[in-house]
Amino acid sequence: MIAILGLVIGVLVGLVVQPTVPVELQPYLPIAVVAALDALFGGLRALLDGIFDDRVFLTSFMSNILVAAFIVFLGDQLGVGTQLSTAVVVVLGIRIFSNAASIRRHLFKA
Amino acid sequence: MSDEGYDERPGAPGPTGWAALRSAMRPRVTRAQVLAGVLCAALGFAVVVQVRMANDSDLSRLSQDDLVRLLDETSTRAEALQQAAVELERERDDLLSGSDSRQAALDAARRNAAMQGILSGRLPAEGPGVRIALSDPDRQVRPVTMLNMLEELRNAGAEAIQVQDLRVTASSAFTGAPGAIQLDGVTLEPPYVWQVIGDPATIATALEIPGGALAYVRNDGGTGRVDQVEKVSVTALREVPDPQYATLAPPAVP
Repeated sequence: MIAILGLVIGVLVGLVVQPTVPVELQPYLPIAVVAALDALFGGLRALLDGIFDDRVFLTSFMSNILVAAFIVFLGDQLGVGTQLSTAVVVVLGIRIFSNAASIRRHLFKA
Repeated sequence: MSDEGYDERPGAPGPTGWAALRSAMRPRVTRAQVLAGVLCAALGFAVVVQVRMANDSDLSRLSQDDLVRLLDETSTRAEALQQAAVELERERDDLLSGSDSRQAALDAARRNAAMQGILSGRLPAEGPGVRIALSDPDRQVRPVTMLNMLEELRNAGAEAIQVQDLRVTASSAFTGAPGAIQLDGVTLEPPYVWQVIGDPATIATALEIPGGALAYVRNDGGTGRVDQVEKVSVTALREVPDPQYATLAPPAVP
């Protein structure tokens, strides 16, 4: 409940403040968002599995973001930033889908 | 695959999904709930920012190669447009100067045509001049006297001349006999009235000099009167025949 409230508050703050992203952070933000979405779905699945742990959730959330940003940074330095970003998005997308499938099985038994 | 807050323990019995969800939805201020709320707030914030940025500028998402290509295309297009602009400007200048010189030529031709038309008797004319009335009660005035008059008028700078209702031009001729003077084959009836355009004072003086044109008329038994007029109208016109033998010489080759 508080999580949904937090999500809504975050969206509202973003809409009201309308911040500009620093140029150095611009390549990392989209990947970080996708990584955080992955962590969120993983947490929801863990919750339904009954094994949700806030410490693990926080760690996975942060490490997901950091690793994704680091991979993009490394790709930029190696000159394959675009390709690595695509790779990260694909992998995270697959994980989101598998987590979503797991959540669906939990909720709908199908 | 052992993160996201769950362990792979297949078959682990737990509360059913909906029950777990319901218990999670109950607002409780536990560490886990607050933490999830904070993280979700951060996620929502980031999503909104990213969406706005992605909408703002498509350029920032392009790779360096794409940007270089885009820049190349843009500068090539700009160059082409600039060249087109230069060409159009030159064409406009050409047209402007061309119309100017054409206008000048047209004006000159028009002035020329007016001058030639007055001289050759094709166009009516008006201006300051004199009106001469020659009476010939005895019908003794000879054609040569009239010719003398005409010569004197030309010497005095007459520009357009009309006798009775006949235009006098370069090819005009006084013929016939005293009392039956013919101008270009048309018999004139006295009194002979001349309409002359030119400097009135000069013409009047020239006609009055001793031994001049009016003296000739008086010798023939006629009388003449010269009126200086502000505005004389020479309205008689003359058909100029097309040259039968002469043609325009081709322009000299430089």
